[in-house]
Amino acid sequence: MTISYALLTSLNGLAVGLFLMSSFALAATRQMQGCQRFYIAQSICLVTSAFFLGLGLHSSDLLAVAALDAIMKPIVIPLLLRRMVPEAIFRRREIDQVLNIPSSLLIALALTLFAFFLSGYLPRAAGSLGRINVPSGLAGLFIGVYALTVRREAVPQLIAIFCIENGALLCGFSIAPTLPLVAEMAFPFDILIIALVIGILTRMTHERVGTTQVGSFATLREGPGK
Amino acid sequence: MARSIGFNLLQVLFVVALAPLVSGVLSRLKEIVQSRRGPSILQPYRDLRKLFNKDEVVSEYTSWIFRFTPYVVFAAPIFVTTLIPVLTSYPLFFAFMGDMLGGGFVLALGGFFATLAAVDTANPYGPMGASRTRMVGFLAEPVFMIVFFTVSFVAGSTIPYIVQQHWVTPLANFLAPSHVLLIAAFIMLILAEAGRIPVDNPTGHFELAMIDESKNLEYSGTGMALMKWASQMKLLVLMCILLNVLVTPWGLASGRSVAEVMLAAPLVLFKIGMFLLVLVVIESSLAKLRLFRVSEFLGAAFVASVVAMISGLLSF
Repeated sequence: MTISYALLTSLNGLAVGLFLMSSFALAATRQMQGCQRFYIAQSICLVTSAFFLGLGLHSSDLLAVAALDAIMKPIVIPLLLRRMVPEAIFRRREIDQVLNIPSSLLIALALTLFAFFLSGYLPRAAGSLGRINVPSGLAGLFIGVYALTVRREAVPQLIAIFCIENGALLCGFSIAPTLPLVAEMAFPFDILIIALVIGILTRMTHERVGTTQVGSFATLREGPGK
Repeated sequence: MARSIGFNLLQVLFVVALAPLVSGVLSRLKEIVQSRRGPSILQPYRDLRKLFNKDEVVSEYTSWIFRFTPYVVFAAPIFVTTLIPVLTSYPLFFAFMGDMLGGGFVLALGGFFATLAAVDTANPYGPMGASRTRMVGFLAEPVFMIVFFTVSFVAGSTIPYIVQQHWVTPLANFLAPSHVLLIAAFIMLILAEAGRIPVDNPTGHFELAMIDESKNLEYSGTGMALMKWASQMKLLVLMCILLNVLVTPWGLASGRSVAEVMLAAPLVLFKIGMFLLVLVVIESSLAKLRLFRVSEFLGAAFVASVVAMISGLLSF
């Protein structure tokens, strides 16, 4: 390998910067399709960052995690979601949201600043190479929590959970780059099961109630769904 | 020194003479992408010649502002051209007269007079478009500020000639996240400021939907020609700032001989041509946003610039 350390730092920084942008887009987009596409973009950035960190730190565990995530997150999970969740939900163009888009963007921005402030107190094992991963991962985590709170539709909320997980992972690469592969492998399978369970739940809800808009679930419904 | 002044004037000449060509190429490329033939790339020159030969009609209810505005609007991009690197990579005679912030103020002065003139006419559509232009301008302002701040913080200077050297030495700087996100934010800013498609439709003739075009509704003859030419120059100046300062500072003349500076012209034109292709792809694949969605578009630009700023602060 003849790639210089500075170049790797830049490339990793670029992947992380794009990760952060796609987190913002994920929290601010109006469309279901867009939400899923931004999740895919975010995951690709995550995998790229893991790959560069693995190269720079000579960590075969990280490279293996990158390979596993590259299959799982941008490909398997979206496919699974498309199969599990009824097509009618994906065809809806506008997702309800408690707050409008510009204020969402500003809140997400404030959360990012907070994450950058907070990251000063966290350990950094990856040195200057993965320095940017910690605050950006934290920001991804916070933005995911925010999106989870304000979205009023089941599938974007599920994607927000994935965003939280992606953020935690991006942060984790940098804090513990030499975590054994067994522990790292738990994550992708974990979210696979989350996707499966919530997907089935969404499908059931959609069949019984006819909608998955969380905001309209304020009242109890008696008797059989039909 | 005389040579330095000469090169500076040559840069101005480059922008003034080739701005109509650039917008002609842009509209032709757009037509080709949409499977149409479109007018010749020299059409903007013919339009300008026709307009200069026509009589000018000025409403008797307008004041001196209306007559004065085309000249201010026309002079603003010319003035900015003396401050930015168009053909040479080293600072020229007038380069230290003002920094990027100064250039931004001069362009804003042109916009301010255009707004005044639109209000001056008492045509109902002029003030409406002018207030929309202001709205886009206000939303773009914070992005401009953050971009300038980040660029000058990272490069340690606000003079565009010095800033451009920073991104390519060493080359790893070029791929830094702050640089790439700044470019993204600045492209969105150019689309908004020059009235290109996700924000405004430059070829639209429907007064109610106009944003940027409405400012020359009442102009005719020479005034119209100057306003048109000025907006073409503004687009070219913004593209020069993007390409020569932020994205690709290659291809500029680094020597002081006349031949080298002349050689830089086709190279810069080539870069602009490449960027026009990007612009055509953006304009052909997006639809014009509804007016109140413009704030979301510029909000995204703002987020990109702030993320660029904090990642820049972290790594330098």
